[in-house]
Amino acid sequence: MYIKKKCVAMLLAGGQGSRLYALTQNVAKPAVPYGGKYRLIDFPLSNCTNSGIDTVGVLTQYQPLVLNEYIGNGQPWDLDKMHGGVHVLPPYESKSGASWYEGTANAIYQNMRFIERYDPEYVIVLGGDHIYKMDYSKMVDYHIANNSDCTIAVIDVPYEEASRFGIMICDENNKVTDFVEKPKQPKSTLASMGIYVFSWDKLKKYLIENENDANEKRAKGEPWSKDFGKDIITSMLKDEQRLFAYEFEGYWKDVGTLDSLWEANMDLLSPSVPLDLYDPSWKIYSRNNNMPPQYIGKNANIENSMISEGSNIDGTVDFSVIFSGVTIEEGATVNYSIVMPGSVIKSGAVVEYAIVGEDCVIESGAKIGKSPEQVENRDDWGIAVVGHNVTISENKSVEPKEIIGENK
Amino acid sequence: MVVNYNVLGLIFASMHDTSIAELTKQRTMGSILFGGRYRLIDFPLSNMVNSGITEIGVITKSNYGSLLDHIGSGREWDLSRKKGGLHLLPPYSQDGGIYRGRLDALSNVWSFIEHSPANYVILSDCDMVTTIDFNPVLEQHESSGADITVVYGRGLYNAENNHSTNILELDGIRVKDVLVDPQFSGECNMSLGMFVMSKKFLKKIVFEAVSRNQYSLIRDVLQSKKNEYIICGYEHKDYFSKIDTLLNYYNANLELLQTSNRNALFKKDFPIYTKIGDNGPTKYGLESNIKNSLIADGCIIEGTVENCVLFRGVKIGKDTVVKNSIILQGTEIGNNCQIASVITDKNVKISDTKVLTGSETCPLYIGKNAQI
Repeated sequence: MYIKKKCVAMLLAGGQGSRLYALTQNVAKPAVPYGGKYRLIDFPLSNCTNSGIDTVGVLTQYQPLVLNEYIGNGQPWDLDKMHGGVHVLPPYESKSGASWYEGTANAIYQNMRFIERYDPEYVIVLGGDHIYKMDYSKMVDYHIANNSDCTIAVIDVPYEEASRFGIMICDENNKVTDFVEKPKQPKSTLASMGIYVFSWDKLKKYLIENENDANEKRAKGEPWSKDFGKDIITSMLKDEQRLFAYEFEGYWKDVGTLDSLWEANMDLLSPSVPLDLYDPSWKIYSRNNNMPPQYIGKNANIENSMISEGSNIDGTVDFSVIFSGVTIEEGATVNYSIVMPGSVIKSGAVVEYAIVGEDCVIESGAKIGKSPEQVENRDDWGIAVVGHNVTISENKSVEPKEIIGENK
Repeated sequence: MVVNYNVLGLIFASMHDTSIAELTKQRTMGSILFGGRYRLIDFPLSNMVNSGITEIGVITKSNYGSLLDHIGSGREWDLSRKKGGLHLLPPYSQDGGIYRGRLDALSNVWSFIEHSPANYVILSDCDMVTTIDFNPVLEQHESSGADITVVYGRGLYNAENNHSTNILELDGIRVKDVLVDPQFSGECNMSLGMFVMSKKFLKKIVFEAVSRNQYSLIRDVLQSKKNEYIICGYEHKDYFSKIDTLLNYYNANLELLQTSNRNALFKKDFPIYTKIGDNGPTKYGLESNIKNSLIADGCIIEGTVENCVLFRGVKIGKDTVVKNSIILQGTEIGNNCQIASVITDKNVKISDTKVLTGSETCPLYIGKNAQI
């Protein structure tokens, strides 16, 4: 028996996150650690629960092991429900054969039966790689009030950054008149956040049309795609459907690159950034690994940092985000860096402007990264990255911009 | 580790409540906060779960609201189960009053115990902080042919400082006598309040005692039947700490600042489970200065903290110095305060520029929700 749901959320979590390189070699992007005790997917999942949306399909494809294990039955996010709850939806084999997800629209198309079971009025489509707190129920209300067919969450970005995003051009009522993916000369600064609310009957229609259309093109050897922004939104605009932009105000960060992942973590240490992880009315939930409280030793020196459970800190930590179960020995220094769960920074090692992945060992005397002031040519400066499960031997160094995926 | 359906765990959540009247005014012994993020019942619950015991009854007495809130369905200890799982056994007795001793309590919940498919029972109090695998205890119980196995540890006993302590006199592993709060001090065999016996034997002693209007496991069985039954001791060689006075509570928390004690309590393959708070990580401000402290998640610290245990969600203001103190969950201390040798209970609010000082032999206790 299925109980009708007003809204079903579909979370696109299949992306490879290839620009995160060493951090996504064996892990899907939404499972990348963030903010001391979270993984990226905690944000959309917690937003769903806090918005009263209790039915979520998570579309996985690339390296799903860690992500599947992490989501489990959804209990940490209160999504272990009798009716609804969180469901991991990997690609599957059907009578007509097996097929990988061939784009964001195709991933939803292949799971239309999952959605239909709940007979929803609205479907919310979410990404798994953004940091933000948002009440989706308000966006659904806005969608209903505008009698919209599709509502796209947008955020006003600085003009110089606008060409990195999908840009919505709207009339004075926020009705979308045009959509351009990464325009060279943007006509607006309203960037799509990759969050869509669709009336399900409309979405279904366009998914089927796109699927048939793309398959025909493929058969003819023409270029084809099955993508939300590129195909579904464009077709709906062409057919003069009612598309509205929902303006979001607040903190939103795309963590598509290593630099932006580092920045998003550093943002947590800035008092001017409005992302509150301590608000009891909108908690960000995560899976807990039952570690004792953090121990700060006699030789520790900690300033402006975030540190999580199970860590043992006896060194110097400045402007850094330290995840659970990290050891920083006496005489080790960590500045402006992110150290992911389970890593050990040995005595005498220096980690600056760097990301250290999960379960790494930075041996004594090793140097990871440099501050911008230490680099002669500013163009040579960037974040140094050590991938998961990597050991950096004694006195070895990892230069700025260098990305290490194997032991050094 | 395999699931052991042959052993039933029984935890007395309220035993010795009167030892620490301050902390048990609004809660049971089992729900006293400990070690930054735990409650005392987390230790016996986790010890049992990690030993493969998945059917556990928690015997409550009074004031058990906070305990119910903490353990809920038992999910956080993996005890929300179809087969076995966690059972809360509320405090009623045959004659309508509240039970007096362990045997009285056990007779009242006997139908629950009877229903369990287990042939062995482990009884545990909540006033002992330790990490123990019960499997070797069960093995010794089996091989020694004991009727009752009492878990003990070698520890320093002090008649002045300890309270409701049972000291075992041993001959080999045989228990020759049990002394309650004897008037001497020194190293001795302290009972850890954990007992193993067969269900059949437990039934016999419970109903024999009840029929004679007796209710104390220590006095009416371990002491008065010491020659009749085979009572053995099992030595637990790891760290333990008995929470029986406010001073011992204070010291037991501060003992966690020693790495060897933390390593003995928090083992990688033997996690201590507790209710999850979903707090953010702890945030340290620009002028924070932290030395030798155990700090839970969700704290925001701007000042100086030395030799302290801070529980979840504690806030420490700028230019405030907190030393040698136990700061329980949700306490907020303002700017420019001087706090030393203090225990603040939950949700205490201390406004700016206050000076509060206890001493290391007599810490100052500030009650729940107090505003200073």
